[in-house]
Amino acid sequence: MNRRRFLIYPMVGALALASLGLSQPATTAAQSNVVNVYSARHYGALEKVFAEFSRETGIQVRLSNASSQALLERLRAEGKQTPADVFFVIDAGTLQIAAEEGLLQPIESNVLKTAIPAELRDPKNRWFGLSQRLRTIVYNPNKVKPSELSTYEALADRKWRGRLCMRPATHIYTISLVASMIANLGEQKTEQVVRGWVANRPTFIDSDSRILETIAAGKCDVAITNHYYVGNALRKDPNFPVKVFWANQNDRGVQVNISGAGVTANALNRENAIKLLEWLATRGQDPGEAGLAGGNNEFPVNPSAQPTEIIKGFGPFKADLASLPQYGPLQAQAIKLLERAGYK
Amino acid sequence: MLPAILVLLPTLGLTLAWLRLEGGAWLHLWNTLLPEMLLNTALLMLGVGTVTLVMGSSLAWLVTTYDFPGVRTIEWLLVLPMAIPGYILGYVFMALFDYAGPFQTQLRAWFGPPFELPEFRSLPGAVLVLSLSLYPYVYLLARTGFREQSAAQRDAARVHGYGRWGAFFKLALPLARPSLAAGTALVLMETLTDFAVVRYFNTVTLSEGVVRLWIGQMDRDAAVQLSSLLMFIALSVVLVERYLRRRARYYQLGSQSRPIARVRLSGWRAIAASALPLALLMLAFGLPMIQLVSWAIAEVAVAEPGTLDAVFGPYLLNTIGLSAGAACLVSAVALVMAYATRAYGPPSAARARARLLARTATLGYAMPGAVVALGVLLLLAPLNEAVLNLTGGALLLSGSLIGLMYAYLVRFLAIGFGNIEASLEKVTPTMEMAARSLGAGPLRVLGRVHLPLIRTGIFAASLLIFVDTFKELPATMFLRPFGMETLSVWTYMLASESAWQAAAVPSLVIVLSSAIATLLLMRLSWSGTNSQMHAGLEARL
Repeated sequence: MNRRRFLIYPMVGALALASLGLSQPATTAAQSNVVNVYSARHYGALEKVFAEFSRETGIQVRLSNASSQALLERLRAEGKQTPADVFFVIDAGTLQIAAEEGLLQPIESNVLKTAIPAELRDPKNRWFGLSQRLRTIVYNPNKVKPSELSTYEALADRKWRGRLCMRPATHIYTISLVASMIANLGEQKTEQVVRGWVANRPTFIDSDSRILETIAAGKCDVAITNHYYVGNALRKDPNFPVKVFWANQNDRGVQVNISGAGVTANALNRENAIKLLEWLATRGQDPGEAGLAGGNNEFPVNPSAQPTEIIKGFGPFKADLASLPQYGPLQAQAIKLLERAGYK
Repeated sequence: MLPAILVLLPTLGLTLAWLRLEGGAWLHLWNTLLPEMLLNTALLMLGVGTVTLVMGSSLAWLVTTYDFPGVRTIEWLLVLPMAIPGYILGYVFMALFDYAGPFQTQLRAWFGPPFELPEFRSLPGAVLVLSLSLYPYVYLLARTGFREQSAAQRDAARVHGYGRWGAFFKLALPLARPSLAAGTALVLMETLTDFAVVRYFNTVTLSEGVVRLWIGQMDRDAAVQLSSLLMFIALSVVLVERYLRRRARYYQLGSQSRPIARVRLSGWRAIAASALPLALLMLAFGLPMIQLVSWAIAEVAVAEPGTLDAVFGPYLLNTIGLSAGAACLVSAVALVMAYATRAYGPPSAARARARLLARTATLGYAMPGAVVALGVLLLLAPLNEAVLNLTGGALLLSGSLIGLMYAYLVRFLAIGFGNIEASLEKVTPTMEMAARSLGAGPLRVLGRVHLPLIRTGIFAASLLIFVDTFKELPATMFLRPFGMETLSVWTYMLASESAWQAAAVPSLVIVLSSAIATLLLMRLSWSGTNSQMHAGLEARL
């Protein structure tokens, strides 16, 4: 019962905070062997890829994960002081908004230009697509014939009442899908379609993989998910009973989004950031499990790289690349539309 | 009273946001989500409030009034579900009980495929999860409330012809009203804070709306306005509770000389009395733990060697560091505040003002985490510019440790202040007078007289703050510095992607540490002569 015991309190507190302070990346100076990445990509899909990058280049990757929108908000708030060198998100719209707000810098790199087709990168070179994901229709083959399926719009038909699973409006996948529809169909027609979906009383599940499991268990007959969730489920279980249907093949093509990255406007480790992007656009396109695209069954952006055998099995498709540049400008409109239409 | 003012600033900032009210944004909100948000928030509060009140008070009545096999163990175990935060219990339940989950799959196997339960991802699902993780607040306070009642009072009721049930409804329940109100108010505040469970369960509420607008739609102004609305609701919960408590306090002054003897149950009644709470515990704690452990084992088995501890180690250290930092900082500020406002000397206007200010400052606990985070961010944004210019960009305030610690201070000061104030009040002023008359200065009195006497209170306060920071999700998520993942943020991120197996490892660490801390706190309070836990929990208000 002496006074010294109470000195433990301020000492422990100060120590705890000091250790936290020291463990943070020094944000004021560039470091030779580090690159700081804000990433919205799923946990587990990136660690192996970055480990491989570090092995080959000796550059250590520091990750901070959050959703695309949260990372954008954070980048805005931090402005010039952001510790992030690379902004790596899973949505073209978010990249476009970040670029337009001056948060990303143009990168002149011949490696990136040759590796990535022009329609999958920013014309002003502020962001680069690194893998493609197709948001399409999936179905239970025991309950639905592929001939019954055609377009996203057709899912507004009454015959799908009580048979749909959908991702909630809070998720960027839903928002960009609706933005692509606004780009193609106009706002009025899109709202009609979304109201039709809502009238069909879909089951909202905020996880593409759980949506697939729910279809497999027999609840929903049809849903809209990203193609690679089916690929990943098939990788675990070759008999997984949910099939992929490429939407809108007779008109604009299936909706395509990218996971892509840009270098932040004031990146302290700019050279390392460029190296990382170049590596991801070339070596990282490997169809193996350590590849950015292959590891997650996404389609590579680099035409010289092959997709995995599993997703090749989904068959050829036509993709709607034309509306991709409009996701960013149309997202705000898409959110308001979803809210008006009563989409959860 | 600098600390008090500091703590109040972020909330004031939010209130000021009403001054630049934008009609357009409100109109859109009102035409779309706002009515649903308000309705869902009201229904959620009503549902969770009612269920926890009924569950908590009847369980407390059961363990304080009756004697049945295992009653003493059950009495302890019933607080354990508190150790599983809603954002963990929520995803475990979703995985277990939704359509694709094992429970319904089994039911379909038994009763045929058309068999289907109502959609689990819904408001009732959220009510179930929140109630199971929050009822211990009511239970703990109700238990203390019932125990403080004297046997004499109850005997008198029996003599006047009331049966045991009559005595419960006419006497015990009204007498325990202050405790029940306090417990329910705590539950309602936690319910208001939650944005994770309601999001899992597709239920748009005000808290979820703040996150939706702020992060999902990057509309910070609308988020600020919505969160000020949320703030007023939280405030009214506190005010109603304080009003209920004040009116009823005087009933509690009855003597407690003779504790109430438990009524021994036998036969099927005894079995039912043991089985019901145990079944509840199985659902709220046992089942989720089994699921978490089996996921964690599977995860460890498939993880690449080294990757798990490479990620996990730093996150754990971050969490411990933040929690220890917050515990020390908040306890220190609380000690200063409690010492400054302690009952010593004749009442004066200045001290009354200080006490009022302190009471107001502790309202921060009622503020939902997302609201506090927004408030801190708003406050620090202009300050941030100034500091950046001064230090040449060396120090980044918002999104830094300082901002985060500030948010913890706002949110948890009440816990620290209440505990420490409660123990300071038990130090009689005469002791201090004696020390002062023997020539000791105020600092020496604090060091030699007060601190040794109230160290249990300080310890309990620090432990509570430590655990609450350990579990805290919203403020940590929005304000943490670059790359500083914590276990709670990591858990939520994985769980919201349905990477349940991977989320199990950090979840288990959170649950086990808060279970240990909870049991430790109960040991401190239940073994002591006074009900420290009661004070500690009440202190959150």
